[in-house]
Amino acid sequence: MRAYLPGYDLHAPANLSETLDLLAREPGVWQPFAGGTDLMVLLEAGKLPHKRFVSLANLAELRGIEVRHNDVILGALTTYSDVLRNSVLETEFPLLCSAARETGSIATQNRGTLGGNIINASPAADSPPALLVYDAEIELISARGSRWIPYHGFHTGYKKMMLAPDELLLRIRVPRRTIPWRQYYRKVGTRKAQAISKVCFAGAALMENGAVRDIRIALGSIAPIVLRAVKTEDALRGGKLTPENIAVARDILAREISPIDDIRSTARYRLRVAQNLLEEFLSQLVR
Amino acid sequence: MEEKYFGHSVLRKEGRSKVTGRAKYVDDIAFPDMIYGATVRSSVARGRIKAIRYGDGIPWKEFTIVTAADIPGKNEIALMLHDQPCLASEVINHPEEPIVLLAHPDKYLLEEARRAVQIEVEPLPAIFTIEDSLAKRVIISGEDNVFKSFLVDKGDVDAAWASADVIVEGEYRTGAQEQLYIENQGMVAIANPTDGVMVCGSLQCPYYVQKALMLVFDLPANKIRVVQAETGGGFGGKEEYPSMIAAHASLLAWKSGKRVKIIYDRAEDMVATTKRHPSRTRHRTGVTRDGKLVAMDIDLVIDGGAYATLSSVVLSRATIHAAGPYACPNVRIRSQAVATNAPPHGAFRGFGAPQSIFAIERHMDQIARAVNLTPEELRRRNFLHKDQTTATGQIIHEAVNYEGLLDRAFRESDYHAKRERFARENPGATVKRGIGFASFMHGAGFTGSGEVYLASVVEAEATSEGVVRILAASTEIGQGTNTVFSQIAADALGISFDRIEIAQPDTGAVPNSGPTVASRTSMVVGKLVEEAALGIKHTLVESGLLCDACTEDEFVRACGRYIETRGPLRSRSQYEPPPGLLWDDSTYSGDAYGTYAWAVYVAEVAVDTTTFEALVTDFVAVQEVGKVIHPVLAAGQIEGGVAQAIGMSLYENVVWCEGRMANGQMTNYIMPTAADIPPIRVFFEEHPYPFGPGGAKGIGELPMDGPAPAIVNAIENATGLSLHEIPVTPEVLMEAMTEKVVAND
Amino acid sequence: MIEAVGKIEIKCTVNGEHRQVHAYPMARLLDVIREEMHLTGTKEGCGEGECGACAVLMNGAIVNSCLVPAIEADGNEIRTIEGIASGAQLHDVQEAFLECGGAQCGICTPGMVIAAVALIQRHPYPSDAEIREGLAGNLCRCTGYQKIFSAVVRACQIAGKTSPEYR
Repeated sequence: MRAYLPGYDLHAPANLSETLDLLAREPGVWQPFAGGTDLMVLLEAGKLPHKRFVSLANLAELRGIEVRHNDVILGALTTYSDVLRNSVLETEFPLLCSAARETGSIATQNRGTLGGNIINASPAADSPPALLVYDAEIELISARGSRWIPYHGFHTGYKKMMLAPDELLLRIRVPRRTIPWRQYYRKVGTRKAQAISKVCFAGAALMENGAVRDIRIALGSIAPIVLRAVKTEDALRGGKLTPENIAVARDILAREISPIDDIRSTARYRLRVAQNLLEEFLSQLVR
Repeated sequence: MEEKYFGHSVLRKEGRSKVTGRAKYVDDIAFPDMIYGATVRSSVARGRIKAIRYGDGIPWKEFTIVTAADIPGKNEIALMLHDQPCLASEVINHPEEPIVLLAHPDKYLLEEARRAVQIEVEPLPAIFTIEDSLAKRVIISGEDNVFKSFLVDKGDVDAAWASADVIVEGEYRTGAQEQLYIENQGMVAIANPTDGVMVCGSLQCPYYVQKALMLVFDLPANKIRVVQAETGGGFGGKEEYPSMIAAHASLLAWKSGKRVKIIYDRAEDMVATTKRHPSRTRHRTGVTRDGKLVAMDIDLVIDGGAYATLSSVVLSRATIHAAGPYACPNVRIRSQAVATNAPPHGAFRGFGAPQSIFAIERHMDQIARAVNLTPEELRRRNFLHKDQTTATGQIIHEAVNYEGLLDRAFRESDYHAKRERFARENPGATVKRGIGFASFMHGAGFTGSGEVYLASVVEAEATSEGVVRILAASTEIGQGTNTVFSQIAADALGISFDRIEIAQPDTGAVPNSGPTVASRTSMVVGKLVEEAALGIKHTLVESGLLCDACTEDEFVRACGRYIETRGPLRSRSQYEPPPGLLWDDSTYSGDAYGTYAWAVYVAEVAVDTTTFEALVTDFVAVQEVGKVIHPVLAAGQIEGGVAQAIGMSLYENVVWCEGRMANGQMTNYIMPTAADIPPIRVFFEEHPYPFGPGGAKGIGELPMDGPAPAIVNAIENATGLSLHEIPVTPEVLMEAMTEKVVAND
Repeated sequence: MIEAVGKIEIKCTVNGEHRQVHAYPMARLLDVIREEMHLTGTKEGCGEGECGACAVLMNGAIVNSCLVPAIEADGNEIRTIEGIASGAQLHDVQEAFLECGGAQCGICTPGMVIAAVALIQRHPYPSDAEIREGLAGNLCRCTGYQKIFSAVVRACQIAGKTSPEYR
């Protein structure tokens, strides 16, 4: 344990309004603490600069998965294990389940939360690509009120997001699609289990008469943020999946992402594999 | 001797305490007045220490602070040469070199204090590669950066080229590997000038630690007591390093007057302690058109890091194993261990052999291609047989049967059918499959006259209740020492396994049976256990209190009566070398080891061309081991070693940055999980070795040697890519595949 | 100087017993278990949630105790390796580990036993793939996992449950 533990405060307000009041009174001072699977690692490494944390553990409003007619609402404290236990998610949002299944280990899945994953804003996060492909919206709440915004565009740069210092992520909404889309998720990590991703690819497409009526592509670990590959989507939307079009899409993707060399992998590897995953996804659509 | 336990899978002696969490490892031990110790280390690779500053905001008066000036004896860690200081005083030679020790009762404050110590260093030029060391870009050790060199010269290699039809060259490299025992290094110490020093901790070799502490404290052996706590894995990583951490904990205890506990966290353990020696091996091999080896010229270099430590011995083993289990009349091996400014590399299961065996077994597949033979046919035409000689000129006296091992390995792995099927199915497949093998051997025990030099001793002692205690310094580190010794002793005496007690390794109570290394514990020390146990019985029989053929009850009663009337019932056994072993250190020739275990391993891989990931999908390990003492433990050794070697081949990549391991966390240093390891199918053959207990040979390190070349051979079979360096990460495979496609276009 | 936060009171049930300890709110549950409660069976292997040596059951679910802050233990039920056996009667998983050689050095064993217990609770008839997935969060350096897999299968047999397709 490389942190001076007595210097860290973790305070657990009894309810949501107490929490929001605290955040309003001292914006930026209190950081939200969800499952702890990211923050505790930083603490132990002596790399946690913040000292004051507010535990969300008592906040019932952040828990639960509500299945409605047109959408599913997930509380920010929904754990990966919660996701995996939900049959509607398994049937209609399999990419989110794949992401949950591949996040850390089962012990991590029992503690880690979707909200924590979003706010921690690692570009290597496993669930955000799935959420982007599902056109997720997120609800941010503060003492001043609440607002829903598209998740796409929430992250503006590495660990930068459109979140005011007094705001808390409350819920995530994913619209249910009436016609099922073809879906694909693949995470390429350092090993088969309990791995940080080197490249993560989520894709969904609505096919009609052999052409792409609509498509969503999102990737992780290839840019400072988890990325919706909108240029690649635009190039594919409305067209057929010929070898030429797929090759063009590969090129556009290469220019849309910006992978780097780091301790786990290389930019060249990430680029190549991202293109390969795109091609694998698209090839499956024509079968 | 009735074999009631030998050859059977009795329950592990200390198994119950392990599955219930009651086993006490060093961090589980606490004392009321205990304080914690921490180490301040260098952040630069090489330099001169100018000043040590103790920052503001820390109540330094509450701390015990130790530097080199506080060392009562010599500032040296005893190993082969004494070039490694216990604490750096004037110069730094590697990142993470220990400089200052701190102790305090509050471990959180201790961490703050550690961060607050500033070491002012004038940097000096440093070197980090084998190439730079050999080129003497900077001299960092001795006069030429060379810790040790060997020359093995059999026959006349230079003259033999003329009789070769084809000459094949290759260069092979292996990277560093972290032992990654799941229990970090740790030690508890109490020390003062009157009583001496006592340490208890996670270690493999209590007498190594004792020897090191004697030098650091300038105290005789009877003032230094070293006790082994339950140890959570070693793999060689706790062979020599514990001397360092024991010295540190003891120095803090000496100065503070308190009991001191130092436990490394994972980050410190990974960056600061030893790793497997990186290696570079160059082969130049002459072979006839029909595949007979006529000349092998081998150049082998290992990177020892900043201090010599055990590099000369690792080099020795690497050298002796470099030419493989093949009969070649002309072999020259020139080997060197060189210095770089990295933390010293050290013992890790296999100890040089995995490095040189990777090279020869990859090279054999290249030679096969060059003479248009299958890899197995090339091996068949060159396997060592009885009465032939190894590279060091050792005559093989046992009926080694590599053909049989190969046949069995191929049968169990369905090698030929798979090879044919993969060749058919791979074109156009996204996932390419391949199968490859390696044939190899591992010499058990210390090299040459090493075992004679160790002169290991085991004692046995009976209680009046008829419990027989085995006293040895050999440690249980998971491999089954306690169980195997108990089996051997129980059978020797014809009594119940439960009547045997293995004494805790404690230099104050047990004799020196040598270090727990070199695959020697069952084979060499186990034999001494047998003799010591028999010695107890012999004493009772000689005293007339027991007949040679007796029941357990009679044995128990005789123990009681003997002790009552004559006093302690003890027996002692000392190592005697097998007859006829001759080794010449000056020419590095002769009988390197009493015996070898022989093996053929087959690896099946799947290479995904979308992600460039290689996965081992099946593994067959066939070995001849003399006699299997405990089937479950023996298979466990092979399975664990294979898994570690799979890690070494594909996953475990040490990322270096100016001599420092940059990926020193389990998140970024990748060890295989349960999802990455295939079924590992283990098969034993038995041709008893006359000088091992019940005929057993040593096997602990054998499984580390074969998997890497088998896997990389399989990858070549799957993809056509000839890779010469491990680990083969997906990034490496991607670059190689891209190069190949470009070349083919 | 560094500002110090006060310790808080934590009340929880550990292995069926009510326990009350004081700890810093962000102290690791691992340290609370080992140092305040003196239950040293749970081990630290990495401090980053990667090795699983610190695994315990919290409200029946497996968690890495090195990543759980002490404050979250309050009001909850925790089961450590010490609470797996029923007195002298070993759990089926523990019996199986002994029989099959699932423990070598033993340091990963407490966490591995917890993981195996949790796995069998979720999947009474675990397939090969489910066993690998269930244990993937627990690293073992000694065994190569083979005999740990066997131990899980054996534990199910002892309990009278086997998957008919298990190979």
